[in-house]
Amino acid sequence: MKARIKITLKNGVLDPQGKAIQNALGALGFDGVDDVRQGKYIEVELGQTDRDAAEGQVDKMCRDLLANMVIEDYEFELEGGE
Amino acid sequence: MRASVIVFPGSNCDRDVAVSLEQAIGKAPDMVWHGNSDVPDSDIIVLPGGFSFGDYLRCGSMAAHSPIMRDVIKKAKDGVPVLGICNGFQILTESGLLPGVLIRNNSLNFICRDVHLRVERDDTLFTNRYSMRQIIKVPVAHHDGNYFADNETLARVEGEGQVAFRYCNEDGQIVDDANPNGSLNNIAGVYNETGRILGLMPHPERLADAALGGIDGKAMFASLLETVH
Repeated sequence: MKARIKITLKNGVLDPQGKAIQNALGALGFDGVDDVRQGKYIEVELGQTDRDAAEGQVDKMCRDLLANMVIEDYEFELEGGE
Repeated sequence: MRASVIVFPGSNCDRDVAVSLEQAIGKAPDMVWHGNSDVPDSDIIVLPGGFSFGDYLRCGSMAAHSPIMRDVIKKAKDGVPVLGICNGFQILTESGLLPGVLIRNNSLNFICRDVHLRVERDDTLFTNRYSMRQIIKVPVAHHDGNYFADNETLARVEGEGQVAFRYCNEDGQIVDDANPNGSLNNIAGVYNETGRILGLMPHPERLADAALGGIDGKAMFASLLETVH
């Protein structure tokens, strides 16, 4: 089973990298870019075949390591399994 | 007095801080590998600067889960003083021992230069050799030193006197121009609630000997000797 995990900055958390990307897009002539927020995308292959168990496992992975809950939110979807 | 310096893969200020500790307390600290499960009995535990685990995922996030950290966290909760410098500060926030988080510098640049700091407390075991509001000069060298906390946490940190140092100009003014990285309220270092855990981005160990061009960092290590027995 594969977990596709998306980690994003919480609202209100400064994102200097997103701001730099926004400026670069403006410099390239892309008009009307109001805001850019940068996050992370992580794929995890799991040996687990039980969907509920996998969900609990990935949720714990996100809280314990993959996301810093002080500044980040996470969401994920599972692919495959039963 | 016994000191322990935790060495992670990618630590690179461990030997510098060991020299500063030895000069202050007259005895070489124990250098403790991150893969060990126990920290020897210590009066102070230091998490040094560097780039543990290559700063992968988030600075300090992997090191916060190193085997040794279980014992560091346990001992810290029992009241053993812990000092985290630069990457050590990041590890302390990632492990939940200190509030807030260090995010990418607002300039996006790696900054390596001397900065001025204002001492916000002179009554802790790390700063009793400094005086209140003293202006000291120490170097910073980081890419992710931008202190951030949500409003509620920041209010608590400010309200409970947990700010240790603030970036200031030469005259001691807390102004935007003197803020190297975008840190909220120019915060350069914070304590936990008891004042026995300190994390700071600047490197006191890099200006703790006249041969290095300054000794403003030396008082921090001397303070430890004064208060920890």
